[in-house]
Amino acid sequence: MGEPLITLEHVTRTFDVKRQTIKAVDDISLTIPEGEVLCLVGESGCGKTTTGKMIAGLLATSAGRILYRGQDIATMNRADRRRYRLGVQMVHQDPYASLNPVQMIYNIIAAPLQHHGFTRGEAATRERVRELLTTVDLTPPDDYLEKYPHQLSGGQRQRVSVARALTVRPSFIIADEAVSMVDVSIRISLLKMFGRLKDEMGVGVLFITHDLALAKYFAWEGRIGVMYLGRLAEIGPAQQVVAHPQHPYTQVLLSAIPEADPDRTRSKQRIELRSMDVPSLLRLPSGCAFHPRCPAFAGEICEKVVPPLKKAGWGSDVACHLVK
Amino acid sequence: MEPILSVRDLTIEYAARRGKVRAIRSVSFDVRRGEALALIGESGSGKTTLGLGIVQLLPSTARIAGGSIVYRRYSDTGQPMRETEVLTLKDADLRRFRWAECAMVFQSALNALNPVLRISDHFADTAKAHRYLSGPRQGAALTERSRHLLSRVRLDPDRVWRAFPHELSGGMRQRVLIALSLLLEPQLLILDEPTTALDILTQRNIMDVLKELRTQLDFSLVFISHDLSLAAELADRVATVYAGKIVEIGEVYTIFRNPHHPYTIGLIKAVPTLTSDKSELTSIPGSPPDLIELPSGCKFHPRCPLADDHCRREEPELIDVESGHRVACWRWQDARAVLKAYQV
Amino acid sequence: MNALREALSGFWREAAKTLKILSHNKMGLFGFVMMILIILLSVLGPVIWPAETSANVSAINKGVSAQHWLGTDFQGQDNLRKIINGGKDIVTIALVTGILSMLIAVIVGSFSAFIGGWVDSLLMQFVDIWLTIPKFPLLAVLATVLALKDVVTLSVLMALLDWPGLARQVRSQVLSLKRLDYIEAATMLDLGTPKIIFRELLPNMMSFIAISTIFEMTHAIYQQTGLVFLGIVPYSSANWGVMISAAERRGVLFNPQAAWSILGPMGAIVLFQLALVSFARSLDEVFNPRLRTSV
Repeated sequence: MGEPLITLEHVTRTFDVKRQTIKAVDDISLTIPEGEVLCLVGESGCGKTTTGKMIAGLLATSAGRILYRGQDIATMNRADRRRYRLGVQMVHQDPYASLNPVQMIYNIIAAPLQHHGFTRGEAATRERVRELLTTVDLTPPDDYLEKYPHQLSGGQRQRVSVARALTVRPSFIIADEAVSMVDVSIRISLLKMFGRLKDEMGVGVLFITHDLALAKYFAWEGRIGVMYLGRLAEIGPAQQVVAHPQHPYTQVLLSAIPEADPDRTRSKQRIELRSMDVPSLLRLPSGCAFHPRCPAFAGEICEKVVPPLKKAGWGSDVACHLVK
Repeated sequence: MEPILSVRDLTIEYAARRGKVRAIRSVSFDVRRGEALALIGESGSGKTTLGLGIVQLLPSTARIAGGSIVYRRYSDTGQPMRETEVLTLKDADLRRFRWAECAMVFQSALNALNPVLRISDHFADTAKAHRYLSGPRQGAALTERSRHLLSRVRLDPDRVWRAFPHELSGGMRQRVLIALSLLLEPQLLILDEPTTALDILTQRNIMDVLKELRTQLDFSLVFISHDLSLAAELADRVATVYAGKIVEIGEVYTIFRNPHHPYTIGLIKAVPTLTSDKSELTSIPGSPPDLIELPSGCKFHPRCPLADDHCRREEPELIDVESGHRVACWRWQDARAVLKAYQV
Repeated sequence: MNALREALSGFWREAAKTLKILSHNKMGLFGFVMMILIILLSVLGPVIWPAETSANVSAINKGVSAQHWLGTDFQGQDNLRKIINGGKDIVTIALVTGILSMLIAVIVGSFSAFIGGWVDSLLMQFVDIWLTIPKFPLLAVLATVLALKDVVTLSVLMALLDWPGLARQVRSQVLSLKRLDYIEAATMLDLGTPKIIFRELLPNMMSFIAISTIFEMTHAIYQQTGLVFLGIVPYSSANWGVMISAAERRGVLFNPQAAWSILGPMGAIVLFQLALVSFARSLDEVFNPRLRTSV
C-alpha cells in the first residue's frame, strides 16, 4: 500500500436539532492509504454518510482534523485546496438526482473538462468525453453523448456520474450507497467497474453501504469498517471481518443477515440482542454505546467506560472491552 | 394443497404519455392454503402491480384487460366454503374482501398510519369500518384481540397501544401494520417489499415475526420483493417475475438449487452472499426492458446469452419441467450448463 | 468575436429546438403565435392604421358592418382601429412589469438563498412584512400621489411593488435545488459559483421563472385596467382599459348597438391573457426534457 492519502484524527461531528445536540460522528481516527478500498458499513444513523461528507469536504468537522496527503483540509493554502478539491470526488446514491436533468450527457462530462482546462478545443473535449464513457463501459460512446439523463437506466446514470467524477483525475472516490438504488441484476457489473478504476488508475475508493455481503465482495483485498452510533466498532481486512468478526455488534449483524441460499440462511446460528430498541442519537448510552443491546454485556465496565479502538486478532482493530 | 387464490391470464395495462404500459401480461398462478409465496423481480417487472391487482387497488390509470382472480374461503376445518371472483366485486363486498379475506401492507407502509391517530384508534377504526366484533362487548373484545396481535408481532402492547405513530420506529410501525392487517383474520396477507428501507437488525426482527406468525395463525402469505435473500429465508415457493410475466415458479429449494430460467440463474449469481466467492458473481448484461416497447419473442432475449432465433421470434409459455416446477424458456434444458461457463 | 458567434448560433439552435417542441403542443403553439401577433400588431399596427384624430358624429355607436368590423364608439371612431392602437400600452405594461419584477426577484431570491445566514433572515423578514400590505390600494394611492403620466413609470412602480412575493418563491426554489446531488457534485468539481448558478440551478428553474413572469404579466394587465377603470390614471392616449372605462361612462352598457365598444377591448385583453397563459403552460415541456413527447 502507498502513502497515507486521507487521515482522520479524532474526527467528531455534531448537529444542532431543535436546541439539542446530536453526535453523528464521535471521535473517529483512521488512515486510508493511496489506492485502498475501504468499506464503511453500518445501519442508518451510524454516521457513515456524515463521515463520507466530511472527507469530501461538504461538511466541516466539529472537532478533530482531516488530512489530505498530510495537509489539514481546513487550513490548506489555495493551491493545495484546489488539488484536494479535485482529488476527492463523490458518486451519490440516487441516480435520479445526481445528474442535471436539463443537460445532455456530453455537456455534463464536458463542463468540468473545459472549466479546469483539462482539454482544449471542442474536438479534444469530445474525444476525451468519448474516452471517459468507454472507461465506464458506456459503449459505443456516441450512443450516449446526445442523450438526456432521463433516457438512461439507473445503472447507466451511475456510470455517467463516475465518468463525471473521473474528468478531474481524482485520486479518491467516495461512493455513498452508490449501487443500492440500482437493479440487483446489474450491481455487480457496476462494482466491477469501480474495482477496475482502482486496479488500472490507482483510484482509492471509500464505499459506504449497509450491506455487509456487498462490502465483503467489493473490499475483498481492502478493509471493512463497521460503525455503530457514530463510532467505529471494528475495522480490519474485509475477509477477516466477515469470517472472524470480533466485536459483538459485528457478530450480531452477520448472524442477522439473510442470505440468498435457503439451506444456509435457514440453518444459520442467530445471536439474539438483549434489546430491540435502537437508542436515540439524542441520548446515547454511556460507556459503550452498544451495551444496552449487547449479547456479551459484561457489567459495569461496558456501562461506564467508552472502549477504545485497539489492536485485536486477525489484523483487525476492535473497540470492545471483552476483546483482548 | 388446495389453492385459496387462483389467478388466471391476468393482464393489466397502464395508460401513459408515451403509450400503453403492459405491466402484467397474462399471468397465471395459485396461492395455496397456508403457504408463503415470494414474487421476486426487479423494479419495473410489474410485481407491485400484480399485488395491487389482487386487492383491486390499482391506480385510475390502470386497466385490467383480461383474466380472472378466484378466491376461495375455507372453513376452520379446512372445508371449502365459497368461491368469489375478485374482479367483479364492487363497493361493500370489495372493501370486505380487502380486509377480512385478503389484506395488503404496502411498501410505503411507514407513512401508512395516520399521524394524528393513536395506535388504538387505528385498530378501533378498522374494526368499526368493517363492523368487526360488533355487539355490546365490542370494545373490550376488540382491545383484547388487538393487544394480543400486537404482542404476537413482538410489540409491548402497554407501550404501543396509546402511542402515536411518530413515537414508534420504522420497524415498530411496520409491525403495527402487520398486526392491524391481521385484525379481521384474513386468509391471505400480501406484503409489498416488507423489509426494504429497514435496517438489518430490524429486517431480521420482521422476518422472525412473520415466521412466528405463520406457525401460530392460519394464513397464506404473498410477498413481493426484489430481495432474493428474503425469499430464501421465508418462502415455500418462489416465482420470478420479468417484464410482466412469471418466468419461473417452483419450490424454494428447487428454485435456488436447480433454477432453469436464465433470468433466475442470473439473479442468483448477481447477489453476493457472505460466503460466496468473488469469481462466482456476475451481472446480467443490459437492463430491464421498457414495458411500453417490449422486445419481440421472449422478453429476456436481449439480455440472454442463450438467445437464438426461436427466442427472438416466439415468446415461451410456462411449462412443467418437473413436478411443481414451471419454466418459461425455450432453452431451459441447457441454460444451466451454458451459463455456468458464462461470465460478464 | 468567435465567442459571440458561437453564442448566437447556440441561441438560434435553442430557439429552433424550442419552436420544434412547441409545434407538438397545440395550446402552446396557439399561445405563442397569438402572443407574437398581438405584440406585432400593437407595435406595427399604429404605423399602418394610425389613430383617428377627429370624431365622426355621423357614425356614433354603430353596430358591426363591413366598413366597421367591430362597429364604432361614442365618438364615431372605428373600434378595431382603436383596439389596434390601444395595444401598445398594455403590451408595454405586461413586458416591463413582468420582466422587471421577475429580474429583481431572481437576483434577490437566489442571492438570499445562496448567502443564507442573517442576510437571508433579514431579507425574508422584509418580504414577509411587505406581503401583509394590500398592494392594490397602495398602488392606487401612489398612482394618485405621483400623478403618473406615462405607462413605463407605472410599470416600474408595479414591478417595485410586486417583486417581494416572487422573490420568496424563487428563494424556496433555489433552496430545494441547492440540496440536490448534482449541485453537490458540481461543488465538488469546483465549477465555481457563477457556473453553478447559471448552468446548474437557473436552467432547472426556467419553467418556473417563465411561468411566474407570465402570470405577473397578466396580473399587471389587470391592475392597470383596474386603475384606469377607477379613473385614477387618466390617459390621453387610447388603451384597452381607457376604452372600457370611457365606454362604460358613456352609457354603452344600456345600448346594445354599441356593445362592441366594450366587448372589443375586453376581448382583446382576454385574448392576450389567454395567449400568455397557454404559452406559459407549454413552457414546462420546453424546459423539462423529460416531458417532451418527441425530440
